[in-house]
Amino acid sequence: MRNLKTFIQDFGWPRIIIFFFLVALFIMAPFVRVRLDASASDVLNRFGQNAIMVLAMVPMIQSGCGLNFGLALGLVSGLLGATLSLQLELHGMLGFLGAIALSAPFSIIFGWFYAKLLNKVKGEEMTIAMYVGFSFIMFMCIMWLILPYNNPTMVWGYAGKGLRTTISVENYWLHILNNFLAIKIGQFFVFPTGLLLFVALFAFLMWLFLRSKTGTAMTAVGSNPDFARASGVDVDKMRTISIIISTFLGAVGIIVYEQSFGFIQLYTAPSPMVFPAVAAILIGGASINKASMVNVLVGTILFQGLLTMTPSVINSLLQTDMSEVIRIIVSNGMILYALTRKIKVTK
Amino acid sequence: MSAKNTISTFFSRYAVVIIFVIITVAAIPPSGLSITYIIQEIITRLGRNSFLVLALLLPIYAGMGLNFGMTLGAMAGQVGLIFAVNYGIAGWEGLVFALLVGLPISVLLGWMCGMVMNRAKGREMVTGYILAFFVNGIYQFFVMYMLGSIIPMGNKSIVLSRGYGIRNTLNLESVRQSLDNIVMLRVAGFSIPLVTFVVIAALCVFVVWFKKTKLGQDMRAVGQDMVVAEAAGIPVEKTRIVAIIISTVLACAGQIIFLQNMGNLATYNAHDQTGFFAVAAILVGGASVTNANIANVFIGVMLLHSMFVVSPLAGQKLFGSAMIGEYFRQFIGYGVIALSLVLYAWRTRKAAANARLSLRAGVNGNGGSGGARSEGEAAANGGRA
Repeated sequence: MRNLKTFIQDFGWPRIIIFFFLVALFIMAPFVRVRLDASASDVLNRFGQNAIMVLAMVPMIQSGCGLNFGLALGLVSGLLGATLSLQLELHGMLGFLGAIALSAPFSIIFGWFYAKLLNKVKGEEMTIAMYVGFSFIMFMCIMWLILPYNNPTMVWGYAGKGLRTTISVENYWLHILNNFLAIKIGQFFVFPTGLLLFVALFAFLMWLFLRSKTGTAMTAVGSNPDFARASGVDVDKMRTISIIISTFLGAVGIIVYEQSFGFIQLYTAPSPMVFPAVAAILIGGASINKASMVNVLVGTILFQGLLTMTPSVINSLLQTDMSEVIRIIVSNGMILYALTRKIKVTK
Repeated sequence: MSAKNTISTFFSRYAVVIIFVIITVAAIPPSGLSITYIIQEIITRLGRNSFLVLALLLPIYAGMGLNFGMTLGAMAGQVGLIFAVNYGIAGWEGLVFALLVGLPISVLLGWMCGMVMNRAKGREMVTGYILAFFVNGIYQFFVMYMLGSIIPMGNKSIVLSRGYGIRNTLNLESVRQSLDNIVMLRVAGFSIPLVTFVVIAALCVFVVWFKKTKLGQDMRAVGQDMVVAEAAGIPVEKTRIVAIIISTVLACAGQIIFLQNMGNLATYNAHDQTGFFAVAAILVGGASVTNANIANVFIGVMLLHSMFVVSPLAGQKLFGSAMIGEYFRQFIGYGVIALSLVLYAWRTRKAAANARLSLRAGVNGNGGSGGARSEGEAAANGGRA
C-alpha cells in the first residue's frame, strides 16, 4: 500500500489520469466503430514520427538547461537539411541520410551560438529560449522567401523563386523508414519496423552517451553545477555539448517526421511543434531537471496516443470535434504542472 | 568607473530602444507613407493599445517580470463583449456591461494566475506564458461548446449554425468605437479620441497614486527582495497575487478598449497576440524585466506601432514582397523580447560578478573599484537571480 502511494506520488496524478483516459479510449473504441488495429497502427506510426523530437529534450534537461523551448533552432536546421537534399536531387535512402548529414553543420553552428547565449543567461533559459526560437523562425521565414533555391518542386510556380509552404517529398524519400521491413498484418495494421528501429537506435545511442564519461559529467552539471565545477568539470562546455546534441536531434527528429508525414512544412510550421515535444516528455514523467529514456518512451506513446484516439473516439461519441481543445488543455496543463511542481530532492 | 564603462552600460540599457529607432526611421522613406498619415495612425494606436500595455506595470513593480498571463484578462474581456453583443446592449453602455461581466471572471482568473505563479517563483514569465495557453484551451471549450448549449444565447446570429458555439468572427457593430466617438476632437486634421485618452490618463494617475499607497510600497519591497520583505512582515504571496489580479483586471478593460476600436472580434484568436504585443511594446519603450515606468509604455507603443505601420510597405518597396515586411515585423517583435531578456539577464549576472569583485578588492585592501555599484538598479535586483 505504501509502495503504491509513493509510486503514485512519484509518477504524478496528471500522468495517471492521462494513462487511464487513454485506456478508456481504447476500450471505448470498438463500441463506437473505431478500428482498434488501425488505431494501434496510427499510434505506433505517430510515436515513431515524434519520438526523436522528444528525445531531443533529454540532454538539455540533464545538463540543467531546462526544457528546450528553443527546439525550433534544431527543427529549422532539419528543414534546411531536407530542402538542401531536395535541391541536390538526392533520392531514396541517400536523400534521407543526405538530409540528416546536410542538417548537421547547421545544427552544430546554430546550437553553438544558442549555447553561447544560454550560458550567458543561466537561470532564465526557458523564457529566453522560447523567444529566441520564435524570432529565429520569423527570420527564417524571410530566408525561405529569398534563398536561391530553384528546384521546381520546391519553389512557387509562377514566381520561380521563394519556397512553397509545403513541399511534398513523394518522389524523394517518402516513407523511406516507414516502409523498411514494414510488417503488414491484415488490411489496416502496419508495423513500421524501420521507423521504430531508427528511433530505437537513437534512444540507445543517447542511453549509451548518458553513461559515458561526458554524459555523466553532463548529468553532474545538471544536478549540481557548483559541485560539478568543484570536481573539475567545465560547466559551460558540458552545457554547450548538451545544447548542440539537442539541436541536432531536433533536426533529425523533424526529418524523420517529414519522411513519414510526406511533406516538408516551412515558414511558421515549426513553432507549434515545440510545445508538444516538451509536453510529451513531461507526460512521460520527466521533471524540468531529470529525464530518461523511459520518460521519452512512455511520454510519446501516451501523448501521441491521446492525440490519435481523441479525435476518432470522441468525435464518434459526441459528434463534435473536441480533440483540439483537449490537446491544448492536456499539453499545456502538463507543462504547467511540471513548472509549478516543487523540485524534489533525489532519493 | 571609467567613461567607457558608463557608455557600454548605457548601450546595454537602451540597446533595444536605439536599435528600434534606427530601424523605424530607416523604414519610413521606402514605405512612401506621409508623415501626417503615420501620426494619425500612431494617435489611433495609442488610444487602442496603451491601456493594455499599462496593465503590465504592476507585476513588474512586484518583481514578477513581464506578465504574459495578462492574456487571461483579455479573454475575460472577450467573454464580456460576447455577452454584451448577445443582449444587444449598444454604445458605451455595452462596453460598461462587458466590463461588468468581465470583471469577476478576470478577478478569478487573476487570483488563479497569482496562485500558480507563487508556486513557480523565479519562473513567473514562462509559467504565465504557458498558463495563457492553458486557459486558452478552457476559453475555447467555454465559447465553442458551453455558450449556446448550457448557457443559452438569445442572439442566434452570433451562434454557429450547428446551434451552439460562437461564430469565428463577431461583428461588434453595436459597440464599435463607442468609447472613441463620445468626444472625437479634430485638431489640425487629426482625429483624437478624447474620452479614450481621458480613461488612459486616469489609469496613469491611478498607477502613480497606487505606487504611493501602503500596498504599492509593499509591492516594490517584494519586488526588490522577497526574503527581506517577508522578514519585514509583508505578506509576500498575497501581495504578489494582488499585483496579478489588478493586472488581469486592467488587461480585461484594456482588451475591451482595444476591441471596441477594432470593431470586430476574432472569437478564437483575438487574444493570441495580446501579451506578445504588449510585452514587446513596453520593452521597446526601454523597460526591463524589473524596471518600468509610464513613459516606457507610451514611448514603446509609439515606436512599436510606427514600425508596424511602415514595415509591410517598406518590405514591399525594398524586396518586392509584402510578406517579407510582415515576417520582418514579427521577427523584430520576438527579437526585441529575446534581446531585452538576454541583456537583462546578462546585466544581472555582470552586476553580481562586479559586486563579488568589489568585495574581494575590499578584503585585499586594494579599494578603488567603486564602480561596482554603478549599475545600482541591476545590482539591487541581483537578489532575483
